[in-house]
Amino acid sequence: MISLKTERRPDTTSAAHEARTPKARKQARPPTSRVPLGRRLRNNWVMLALMAPGLLFFVVFFYVPMLGNIVAFEDYQPFIGFKDSALVGFSNFQELFADAAFWEAVRNTLLFAALQLVLYFPAPLALALLVNSLVGSKVRRFVQSIVYLPHFISWVLVVALFQQVLGGAGLLNNFLRAHGMDPLDIMTNPHAFPLLITAQVIWKDIGWGMIIYLAALANVDQSLYEAAAVDGANRWRRMWHVTLPAVRSVTIMLLVLRLGDVLSVGFEQFLLQRDAVGPRAAEVLDTYVYYHGVVYGDWSIGAAAGLVKGVIGALMIWGANRLAHAFGEQGVYSK
Amino acid sequence: MSLITRPRASLAVNRGRRGAKDQRPAWEEPPSRLGSSAKAVVITVLVIVMTLPFVTVLSTSLASQKEITAAGGFVLFPTEPTFQAYTTILSGGIVTRAVLVSLAITVTGTVLSLLTTITLAYALSKRGVPGSKPVLLLVLFTLLFAPGMIPMYVLVKELGLLDSYWALILPGLVNAFNLVVMRAFFMNIPEELYQAARIDGAGDWRILTRIVMPLSKGVIAVVGLFYAVTYWNAFFNAMLYLNDTGKWPIQLVLRTYVVQSKQLNADQLGITHMPPQQSISMAVVMLALLPILALYPFLQKYFTKGVLTGAIKG
Repeated sequence: MISLKTERRPDTTSAAHEARTPKARKQARPPTSRVPLGRRLRNNWVMLALMAPGLLFFVVFFYVPMLGNIVAFEDYQPFIGFKDSALVGFSNFQELFADAAFWEAVRNTLLFAALQLVLYFPAPLALALLVNSLVGSKVRRFVQSIVYLPHFISWVLVVALFQQVLGGAGLLNNFLRAHGMDPLDIMTNPHAFPLLITAQVIWKDIGWGMIIYLAALANVDQSLYEAAAVDGANRWRRMWHVTLPAVRSVTIMLLVLRLGDVLSVGFEQFLLQRDAVGPRAAEVLDTYVYYHGVVYGDWSIGAAAGLVKGVIGALMIWGANRLAHAFGEQGVYSK
Repeated sequence: MSLITRPRASLAVNRGRRGAKDQRPAWEEPPSRLGSSAKAVVITVLVIVMTLPFVTVLSTSLASQKEITAAGGFVLFPTEPTFQAYTTILSGGIVTRAVLVSLAITVTGTVLSLLTTITLAYALSKRGVPGSKPVLLLVLFTLLFAPGMIPMYVLVKELGLLDSYWALILPGLVNAFNLVVMRAFFMNIPEELYQAARIDGAGDWRILTRIVMPLSKGVIAVVGLFYAVTYWNAFFNAMLYLNDTGKWPIQLVLRTYVVQSKQLNADQLGITHMPPQQSISMAVVMLALLPILALYPFLQKYFTKGVLTGAIKG
C-alpha cells in the first residue's frame, strides 16, 4: 500500500536523513518518507528486479565503455589489454592534432553538415507546407505513404538503389547511352559527392522530417486563417503571419537537435561510398575513427578522435539548447 | 478504457485538417490555374523520384537474361517475369544463410529489447521506487554522449563477444529514446487503475502483465517495430564485430555483392547454372527490402504517434 502514495522525491538518502530531523519537519513531509530504506527496498523488490536488466545494460554498454575512453590516454596494445597498456597522457591528442588527415576529416564533416543544414533542413518544412495545402485527403495520404517509406530502409539499400539509377551502369546512363549521349559520372565523382550525399539524405528523410511539421500545422486554429482572410490577407500573407509562426518552436527544436548532431553526418553513408570517391572527399570524423582505429590498428589515435568528437557533440547540444532558451523557446530539454 | 490508450488527441496527424469534407472553406480564394498545375507537377515529380528506384529494382529482379541484354542492363517492364533469380539465391548458399541470420537476429533482438525496455520503463514510471530518479538520469545522459566506437569494440572484445551473434544484439539492447517514449506512455495510465488493482491484491508484476501491458499495445507495437527495423537494417555492427563471413547478415552481403559489386559465383550460391548477375543482385536488394515493405503498413499506422509522443515528452 505504501508505494501507492504520491511522493515528490524518491531519493534513497531521505530515510537516513529522516532519522535526524526534528518532529515538526517530519510531519510536514509526505508519510512515505517515514518508511526506512530497508523496508522500502523490501516493499519494492519486484520493481527493483524489473529495473535490474535494463540498468545493467546501460552500465555495461554505456558507462563501462565511457570509462573505456581511457584508451585515448594510453598506448593501447590489443594483446596486452587496456589494463596493462602504458598511460601516455595527452600525446595521442598531440599526434592527432598534427595529422593532416584528421583536419581534412574535420573540414569534410563541417562541409557536409553545412550543406545539410542549408539544403536538407528546410526541405521537410517546404514539403509539409505543400502537402498541407492539398485539399483532397486521399491524395495527401497517398503522397504521405510514399514519402515516408525510404526512412525505414537501410543505408546499404539506399546506396544500392542510387547506384541502380544514377551509377555508371545504371538506368540514367543506360538511357543516355541508348540515345547517343555521353554518360554522366555521378556516383564516383569526388566533386559531385557533397551534393550526392545531400540528395540521398533528402530522398531518405524528407518524408520522415515532414511528420512533425504536419502535426504542428494540423494544430493551427482554422479560425485564424478565416479571420486573416476576412481582413484581406492573401494566401502568402496568411502563410507568413499564421502558418510560419505556428511551426516556429518545432523548427527551433529540430534545429537544436540538428546542431547537436552536426558532427555525426551519416556515418554509414560515408563508409559505404568512401571506396567509390576516395578518402579525400568522403573522410568524415566517424570514418576517420574507424579506419585509423580499427582498420589501421592505431587504436589510441582512433579513440582520441572519437572522444574529441563526443565531447564537442555534447557541448554543441548544450550550447544549442542554451541558444533556444535565449530565444524564449523550450528547446530539447528544459532546466 | 479506449481513451487511456491514446495519449493525446492531437496526435492523429493523418486525419485531414478539413475533416471528411475535403472542401475548401468559403472564405478561401479559388486556386489560380498556374498554382495548381505547379503543385501537380511538383507532386508528380516527387512521387516518381521516390518510387522509380524501387520499380527498377523489382522489374530487373524479375527479368530474364535476354531482356536484360536487350535493354542494356535494366528493364522497366519485364514482359515475361521469372522468379529464377529468387529461387537461385534462396536455394541455399550465402544469401539464404544471410537472410536466415538476419531474421533470427531481428526476432530474438526485438523480443529481448522489448522485454528489457518495458520492464525498465515500468519501474521508472512509478513513483516511490527507491533509486528510480538517479537511474533515469543515467539513462537520459546517454542521449547526450555516446561512448565511442573504439571503447565499444574493446568492450565487446573483452567480453569475448567478437564473432558472436550476441554482439549484434546486446550493445544496442535498449534505446534510451524508445525507453523515454514508453515511460511517458506508462505515466499517462491513471493512478486509480493501479490503486484498484492493488486493493484487489495484485502485485507489481501482475499489474504490469495484466493492466499496463494490455493498455499499452499501441506503444509496444511502435517501439517493437522500431527495434525490428533497426535490427534488420544494421550493417556496421556486423562489419565491426564479425570477421567470419559465414555469419554475415543480409545487409553486409548486400554491401559486398551489390554496392561493392563483387560477383557472386555459382559456388557461393550452391548451384551450377547462373541466372543473369544483374537480376541476382536486384533479387538480393528485394530480399533486404521485403520485410520492411511487409511491416510498412503497421509502421505507418503507428509511427507518427511514436515520433510525436517522443518529441513532446523527450
